[in-house]
This record gives sequence, C-alpha cells and structure tokens, in this order.
Amino acid sequence: MADAVIYLSAVADSDLTDAELSDLHAVDDASVHVVTEAPLAAVVSSVDAERFSAPALRRNLEDLGWLETIARAHDSVVSGLANQRPLAPVRLATVFMDEDNVRALLRSRSDELVRTLDRIRGRVEWAVKAFSVAPDREQPIPGSSQAASPGRAYLERRRGERDSAARHRQHALDEAEAVHARLTELAIASRRYPPQDRRLTGFQDEMVLNAAYLLPEGGDAELRRLTEESGSPRLRLELTGPWAPYSFATLESQ
Amino acid sequence: MTSAGVSVPGRARPLDHRQESTNLADILERVLDKGIVIAGDIRVNLLDIELLTIKIRLLVASVDKAREMGIDWWEHDPTLSSGQRDIAAENRRLRERIGALEAAQSSPPDGKRPARKRDTEDVQRG
Repeated sequence: MADAVIYLSAVADSDLTDAELSDLHAVDDASVHVVTEAPLAAVVSSVDAERFSAPALRRNLEDLGWLETIARAHDSVVSGLANQRPLAPVRLATVFMDEDNVRALLRSRSDELVRTLDRIRGRVEWAVKAFSVAPDREQPIPGSSQAASPGRAYLERRRGERDSAARHRQHALDEAEAVHARLTELAIASRRYPPQDRRLTGFQDEMVLNAAYLLPEGGDAELRRLTEESGSPRLRLELTGPWAPYSFATLESQ
Repeated sequence: MTSAGVSVPGRARPLDHRQESTNLADILERVLDKGIVIAGDIRVNLLDIELLTIKIRLLVASVDKAREMGIDWWEHDPTLSSGQRDIAAENRRLRERIGALEAAQSSPPDGKRPARKRDTEDVQRG
C-alpha cells in the first residue's frame, strides 16, 4: 500500500506468529501482523499515511475523541497479546515509513529491547488506587459550643468541620502511604502516577494513591489479600489488573 | 483481563475490582506516558503537543498537581474555568492581606521599618 505507513504497538520475542494475532484489531480496525528480526518481533499494523503524518498527528492528537479511539485500539492489541506472552508495549503513535525501518530498529536496539522483555518476562502489572472517602456529613462535630451566640456557634461549627475534614484527609493520606509501602515490599517493582482528577474518575472522593505494581504472573493472591485488608472507613481501594506491563517495560535510556 | 467481584466480610469498605470498564484515564496515563519510547520515522513528540499535554495533565494529574507544575492556563479557558472564581477570590484575599501588611508596616512613626532594613542588607550581601 503506497498510502500506508506502519504503526508499531509492541515488541515481543521472535517466536510470535501472525496466527496469534488474528483476533486482534489495531488502530483503524486494521489487522495486526508480525515483523520479525530475531530474536525480536514487532507487532505492527498499517495506518493511513495521511492521517498519521506528523502534521496530521499533531492536529489529531489534540482531539480527545480521536485520541481516545487510538488509545483504546492501541491498548486492545497490547492487552490482548500480553495475556499470551511477554510483551513490551511501545508508546502511543510510534509510526514508521515501512517494515524495513521497523526491522532496522529491532536490529539497532536489539540488546536494550531484549533486556526490557527480560525484565517483564513472566510478570504482570496490577494497579491500586486509593480514595479518601468523604466523612459522613450528618455526624455532629464534637465540642461545638452550645452557649455561644448563633453567629459564633456557626463559625465554630464551620471551623470544626474544616479541621475535621483536614484531619480526615490526612488520615486517609497516611493510610494510603502505608498501603503503598506494604504493596511495594510485596512487588518486584512499583511506580506511582499522579492522582487523577475527580472530573476524570467520576468519583466525588479524592484520589490519594495511584500506583502500579509488577508481580509474578499468578502471584497476585497476596496483593489481593493485602489490598482487601487495607481498606477502612476512610479509605476505599480499587484494584485493577492484570495490565500489560506498561509501567515497567521501559528502556534503560528512558 | 479478569473481572472479579470481591466481597470482604467484616470490613467497612469492600475492595473494588473493576476491569471491564477500563477507564480512559488509566489507559491514557499508560499509553502516553509509559511503554517503550522509540523515535519512529514520523516524529511527533507527544510533549510538544500543547493541548494534548495540557489537557492530559489537567485530566490525569490532579488540578493541584498541574498548578504545582505551573500549568494553569485552563483557568482562563471558559470551558474549563470552574476554578476561576476560586482564583479570583484567592487573589482578592491576597491583595487584602498585602494591603493590611503594608498598612501595618507604614505605621511606625520613626520611619525605621524593619522590612526595609532587611531588604537593604539583602542587597548588600548579594
């Protein structure tokens, strides 16, 4: 195809075959195939050269709707395959002019890419988020003065509520840090992300921990147990996974 | 990916285990920020894309975090300006406070104002 360029989704070992990719749908619903350069294989698909040119990409990536479509397609290929074999995801929108250039990349960065794959071989990523649960507003604030004037009582009550909310939040933050410390000890590696904004999570509760943990495949029982035990009236925990090892399949030079 | 509802007896907060509804923020923070970074033939530095960077940071990072990073232009974007009133109120409070401090400073009758003196010393040291 003259008007197509090559979209690279991930890197795997060179025993990967097209047959393993037949159920996957890449960006633009294109089929996925393998470009092999032993000992590595690249997971690629064809995309429209026009829409994936540098100026078009710059423009299109500004469009959150387009970005979501691309991001979800990218993730569906990566996740679909990471279930099956060691896989190092490549960052979104990595595009090559042709397959020869992909092969050249696999050759020139071979050692580094192999080491990256080795780091995540037999391992999966789990994610834990913690939310500070808003205190029950019906609860009376202890210590409210009843003898004071209505104005002063109001101000005292407001101050009491504010102090109590701040304490409550601090407790939740402390608990989240303790959870993260325990999970980090359990994991092979851990990474923290910035907490997500409420508008994005759709939750009223503030996110106080957003972290990823690398664990041995099938070794998540302890993580589940710890996460289950660590919730409290103040802290709501959310566990997602297994994820493709996005947070840990990075090059040393990165 | 698996999905498992986990019930936890005796705990106030059951553990949520959501996967099927993989949310966009989770995906974006991974596909944009993580994974192997390789320069392809089509060079688009994701960090060069202003709106992308800012919107993603705004969405993915908490607003406070973004402000810490010095990213605040959405305050002036009418579609994203829910926080604008807060900033205006904060500015007003700060102006009032500065006014009060200045008033307090100019009150000593002898004109030897401690803050002015410190400023001078700083300049001399520098």
